[in-house]
Amino acid sequence: MADAAIKLGTEPKTTFFDKVKGLLPEEGHLNLCLTCGACSSGCPATGLEDMDPRKFLRMAALGLDEEVTKSPWVWMCTQCRRCVYACPMSIDIPQMVFQARKTWPKDKKPQGIMGSCEQALRTEGNSAMGASSEDFKFVVEDVLEEVREADPRFKDMQVPINKKGAEFVLNQNSREPVTEPDEMVPLWKILHLAGADWTYSTAGWAAENYCMFGAEEEGWEQIVRHKVKAVEDLEAKAWLNTE
Amino acid sequence: MQKFKIEPKFRLESLIKYYAQWIREGKLKVNSDWNKDLKIKFTVQDPCQLVRKSLGDPIAEDLRFAVKAVVGEENFVEMYPNRSNNFCCGGGGGFLQATGYQDARRKYGKIKFDQIMKTGAPYCITPCHNCHSQIHDLSDYYEGGYHSVHLWTLICLSLGVLGENERVYLGPELAELGL
Repeated sequence: MADAAIKLGTEPKTTFFDKVKGLLPEEGHLNLCLTCGACSSGCPATGLEDMDPRKFLRMAALGLDEEVTKSPWVWMCTQCRRCVYACPMSIDIPQMVFQARKTWPKDKKPQGIMGSCEQALRTEGNSAMGASSEDFKFVVEDVLEEVREADPRFKDMQVPINKKGAEFVLNQNSREPVTEPDEMVPLWKILHLAGADWTYSTAGWAAENYCMFGAEEEGWEQIVRHKVKAVEDLEAKAWLNTE
Repeated sequence: MQKFKIEPKFRLESLIKYYAQWIREGKLKVNSDWNKDLKIKFTVQDPCQLVRKSLGDPIAEDLRFAVKAVVGEENFVEMYPNRSNNFCCGGGGGFLQATGYQDARRKYGKIKFDQIMKTGAPYCITPCHNCHSQIHDLSDYYEGGYHSVHLWTLICLSLGVLGENERVYLGPELAELGL
């Protein structure tokens, strides 16, 4: 005679796992895990905080909500999607991680990310380093003048700002104008020599979006919409990323 | 934009595609003669965001086309794995700005560091700001001695137009080349 079935002590509940399934297209394939471990063997974050992608998914499937969502590991996954690429069932573990990040209270999320998100929301250019659009414009014009004077081959080089109808609106990571403005110059020279029709925009010029990393969806959307509007207001054909 | 159901009236493009296109069209007259005798080796980091997460292997080919045109095919060394299967550097997803998790970020990055060291190349081209910072930091922290460089620096170097103040990330052997 077999032992009586083990009775689990808890009532059925709606778990974090169920919630995430409900949010993702095709439920993120979360139920299709074969437990093969291809995700974990190819993930550089495996082992950090005693966690790995497979373990994360399996623990969530078992309803261990607290252990999963509160693990600092959710900030160590870089959302690189190599696990999804390796997975035979295309399970979207990074989206689970993103949803886990969302459950953290603002003041517990990494302050570096949150600070950058707030700065971006505060500035017209959405600069995570808090650079104002006036400063951005000033630095660009100042550096350009120096190059024109220093190198006769580039005495006619233009760096258009807010030019309407250009083919490209180019974004610019805040790092260059704020900490190493000379690094913008090679970029301009290339665009100049290629004869590209481009412009910067003072609205939404900054390339980065830390609200996305911080899983602050409202802020993320606000920044994206602001940048999209900037490109459309300038009637550009393309939004060009420097990378 | 998809996530927020935004349908933009413009295209989203990466400059990497245009580097390759402008070189093919002859608008950027790059060549690798400067490296014929120097024979400095370069490897390249395929950024997750650019390759695996958005434009896939075709953009990785554009990236290689541009890099080889600039440094010379014989001076280009692949790291393994690469393209869509490449390892993340560990700087993405906010990890670089995740206050308090610096040690974990460097542990994560050890795979990338070893991958680069195995190529033997003294330069890793990093066409992404996060990759550039992280790979630079890994070299310092683990004392790898390699340089982390932007692609725009090398394109201008090969065009003979790289200014004196635009060489922060180059080693001493390239500090004055073509000035």
